Amino acid sequence: MSTADATRLPPGAALREISPVASVRHWTRFLRSELSLIFLRWRNLALLAVLAVIPVLIGIALRLSAGEGRGGQGPAFISQVAGNGVFLALVSLTLLLTLVLPLAVAVVAGDSVAGEANHGTLRYLLTIPAGRTRLLGIKYAALVVFCVAACAVVTIAALIVGAILFPVGPVTLLSGTTISLGAGLLRLAFITLYVAGAMAALAAIGLAVSTFTEHPIGAIAAILVLALASEVVDSVPQFAAVHPYLPTHFWLSFDALLRSPVAWPELAHGLLSYAVYVIIFGAIAWARFTTADVTS
Amino acid sequence: MSAASRAAGQRDEISFGRPDGGPLPAEPGQRPDGSGRGPAEAVRGPTDAGQQRAGPGWGPGDPGQPSTEGGQRLAEAGQLPEAGPRPGDAGPAITTSGLAKRFRGGQLAVGGIDLAVPHGSVYGFLGPNGSGKTTTIRMLLGLVQPTSGSHELLGVPMPAGTNSVLTRVGSLVEGPAFYSQLSGRANLARCDAADRTSDPRTADARISEALDRVGLLSAARKHYRAYSLGMKQRLAIAAGLLRPRELLILDEPTNGLDPQGTREVRGLIREIAAAGTTVFVSSHLLAEVEQICTHVGVMRTGKLVFQGTLEELRSRGATRILIRTAEPDRASEILAGLGLQDIRVSGGEASAQLAGQAPEEVCKRLVYAGVPVAGLESPRSSLEDLFVELTGEGFDVDG
Repeated sequence: MSTADATRLPPGAALREISPVASVRHWTRFLRSELSLIFLRWRNLALLAVLAVIPVLIGIALRLSAGEGRGGQGPAFISQVAGNGVFLALVSLTLLLTLVLPLAVAVVAGDSVAGEANHGTLRYLLTIPAGRTRLLGIKYAALVVFCVAACAVVTIAALIVGAILFPVGPVTLLSGTTISLGAGLLRLAFITLYVAGAMAALAAIGLAVSTFTEHPIGAIAAILVLALASEVVDSVPQFAAVHPYLPTHFWLSFDALLRSPVAWPELAHGLLSYAVYVIIFGAIAWARFTTADVTS
Repeated sequence: MSAASRAAGQRDEISFGRPDGGPLPAEPGQRPDGSGRGPAEAVRGPTDAGQQRAGPGWGPGDPGQPSTEGGQRLAEAGQLPEAGPRPGDAGPAITTSGLAKRFRGGQLAVGGIDLAVPHGSVYGFLGPNGSGKTTTIRMLLGLVQPTSGSHELLGVPMPAGTNSVLTRVGSLVEGPAFYSQLSGRANLARCDAADRTSDPRTADARISEALDRVGLLSAARKHYRAYSLGMKQRLAIAAGLLRPRELLILDEPTNGLDPQGTREVRGLIREIAAAGTTVFVSSHLLAEVEQICTHVGVMRTGKLVFQGTLEELRSRGATRILIRTAEPDRASEILAGLGLQDIRVSGGEASAQLAGQAPEEVCKRLVYAGVPVAGLESPRSSLEDLFVELTGEGFDVDG
């Protein structure tokens, strides 16, 4: 704003009426600050390292056991890896979705608000004032970035190892059609984003849990227990009636992207489920966080 | 010697320069007691005078306010351009009415208090640990929702105005808290990034300036976890100074500091107040804030048991008057006639308990009656005694 503009405005107006551009700039600045806190933290980097190392271990194990012929056993896609390294990414995502990815998301999401409260930094952020709704929005945005990063780390590490240890070429889909390597990688990118969406829904649950406590460990444990309980219920056929409502039910539906044509209804169902979880738990987090007494 | 005790001196030491007993007109900006001033007090000077102006109308029958000619001169001195409150924001910096907080467990932390913090004052918010000071401060800052009552910061109703008014308020709540893995500078950058109204282009300069003001510039790149407690405390104050503030709310800023650190923080508060910022500072130690405060509020188990100027607090104490005279018997008769209690006479001296009478008035009567007054003193009970009287003795905390 030029000085000429400033003189025309009444005092204080410059503070209250922030232009949309400046507003966006402030959001991105705060988000960058939040992201640097997440991504420069050793614990979180260690989690990402684990997510990168596991596909390497899976790749090596599969390479060593190649030719032993154990078709039909183990998780989906495992038999295809020997023929095409791209499938290592799918195997890795499938395996990591059962525990390690939700664990990484639970750690960061559970820490997001409870960690600040535990540290006492929350009271300083709120008196700056960061704004409670704005702070929550930034926290969630940063969590979504972490979810995408975590899933991307798995996919990229698996692709690199897969390319080194196995032949890479045109991808044969579940429906039997073969598509080019480029098209296959594009589908893999969408699969990664779909898994990241699943993790973002879990992160919304985690953020809500995190607003209820000052103890990050408690929040992390609660989120993980919720995710595992959901997976257990999802695997018991007698609970079939509630399966579509479980947060973890659609996590492995990404194979819809490996059909030709893509099984859109299944995919949409999953994305809808995630959106509903984000909205419900986002609302719970907001209702709690904007009214909670900060006594830490 | 503090501003407040200088003011006390002004009241107690009666000038004999004029037969009517009125004090000599004081020169603007100069203290009648003529005591030497330290450099820090020289900085405080103009704001002291500003207080004289902010005072009237603050409480009924304010005994601390000089109503005499000299007092008026001081008031004029308060209108020096750099001294008094800026025009347009003369209202109180903090007001609360019936502010109360009952926690979910049913425990009443704050039981309906009415604070009035004048603009431009240094307000000492005193009370033993657990008397509800921190909860009050958390309510003031919108961190905790009051169970009942209302409050305003800088004239803006809270908590509705939280996001707009808090940009004008710097605060330190219950000790410093920062990210231990970040440097001092990075921590302040994080604070600044969280502020939606700060200008990112000037961030580096403002952060350097704030660090410089608290003397942390040379330790700016050090990790927060390597800071000493005093440095942490100062970093928290620096966070409050990232932008110009009209009000600074400091909760126990000297807690856990060594005497050196306490002195540093006190000097910093003086400096900030001299620049025109209202400072609201809580402490459980009267001695720590006595030297810098103009006003005090005293809490005891969630109740505000006293609020007023430091001078008013002093005047609460039972005050005696002692007259040195060659005719102590005649003096004692006059003292009795004025309604003073507990009159004692000993060789060359008469003393009595004041019961609301101003010492200058007593002196005037003595002089009119022809008693040769050689000297007059009005010793008071110490502030510490008064404070303990208000807040309870040692572990004798009720509730």
